[in-house]
Amino acid sequence: MPREKFEHDLQRLQDEILALGAMAERAVTESVQTLKEQDFARAHSIIEGDRNINEKRYAIENEALTLIATQQPMAGDLRTLAAILEIATELERIADYAKGIANIALMVGTESLIKPLVDIPRMASKASDMLHRSLEAFLKQDVEAARAIPKEDAEVDALYEQIYRELITYIMADPRAIDQATRLTWVAHNLERVADRVGNICERIVFSITGRGEELDNPSPR
Amino acid sequence: MTGIVVKDLTFRYGPRVALQDVSMEVRERQITALIGPSGCGKSTFLRCLNRMNDTIPGARVQGGVRIDGHDIYAPGTDVVELRKRVGMVFQRPNPFPQTIFDNVAFGPRVMGTHSGGALADVVEKSLRSADLWNEVRDSLRQDALALSLGQQQRLCIARVIAVAPDVILMDEPCSALDPIGTLRIEELMRTLTERYTIVIVTHNMQQAARVSDWTGFFWLNEQRSGILAEFGETQQMFTSPRDRRTEDYITGRFG
Repeated sequence: MPREKFEHDLQRLQDEILALGAMAERAVTESVQTLKEQDFARAHSIIEGDRNINEKRYAIENEALTLIATQQPMAGDLRTLAAILEIATELERIADYAKGIANIALMVGTESLIKPLVDIPRMASKASDMLHRSLEAFLKQDVEAARAIPKEDAEVDALYEQIYRELITYIMADPRAIDQATRLTWVAHNLERVADRVGNICERIVFSITGRGEELDNPSPR
Repeated sequence: MTGIVVKDLTFRYGPRVALQDVSMEVRERQITALIGPSGCGKSTFLRCLNRMNDTIPGARVQGGVRIDGHDIYAPGTDVVELRKRVGMVFQRPNPFPQTIFDNVAFGPRVMGTHSGGALADVVEKSLRSADLWNEVRDSLRQDALALSLGQQQRLCIARVIAVAPDVILMDEPCSALDPIGTLRIEELMRTLTERYTIVIVTHNMQQAARVSDWTGFFWLNEQRSGILAEFGETQQMFTSPRDRRTEDYITGRFG
């Protein structure tokens, strides 16, 4: 088979994306645990770890651009590289949301939580599960899975809506809850954005496989 | 309108079928690139468009090639007139061993232009169109073979332009040139589309991607005959080809 080196480099870059995805996914999951368990050491380590994620993203970008410049990829290869560039950006942003949540955990500090966190962790596990499966779809070049995953965003949106309303009731009941309830709304909002970005990743996967851009909106955006 | 419509073109050398049922529409004043591995009939196809294959013993053409609606294989076609309208530029620059001026004036003289002023005009115009005038305006009486290869190739283009063709066929026009000479020709092709329809055979896929509007991908069928596997807009062919064989070829994974 010709182009062995190119194939090898492209494969390695795809592996790097999976590694970056795993880092982002772990950051999301851990950030919410940090908040729930008020584990500040872990919050700091997520915030510092974000630097590694940013560096990895730039390393991937650099390698992808080098491959484009030196190997003149065409057609499917070119689309894969374009997808890699886009997905790396999305993953880096997802990790930024996790970092944001870790920061909120530090802001909330040691004050006791106004409510036990149930729906926020549920939202986090839903979003990171979607992320995990989107990267699997990328690995397996599974266009059907990539088309299906963004539909689940409706579930995340619904949770966000529910959390938002619930927190409003806390605020109305007790003005002292305003500060923390607002911060928890940010957390939910960040998680909602994670799921949106998974949708973007899925769109890039579909494009890289089929060559056609498809808008993979969730069915009932509210 | 100087579009070329090729319908079910089959070309044989004796028993061997070199091209099988090729149909293609070459758009007027656009650049159509023909790509594919060696021996798949690209150049043969190109030569069918101005009947350059006629001289090959045992050559037989089936199907039709219409330029401006005229069947160029119809009996009574004036082949010299056809080749004037459909000029050709070859892989190796092939200027005549004459002066620069005489190379460009050759065609117009054959066609009956002899007045010095008219010849000087057409030579200047052609050399300007071929982006060579500024380099040779003071050395028109020098031997054409003293020019660089890139300049010689542009001279050959000027020589084609001098007889006012509608279509210019180019068979790997840059394969003997360095990268700068190549880019000059590619830039020139772009400006030439203001007036001419261009069909180019190239082994350089990046070149096809850079210069052409349409791309035809030639391949071999099981009988080892050349076929047109896919034809489409260049931008689509190089980003999302429809045919697996095109994808494999342009990504370097043929076979």
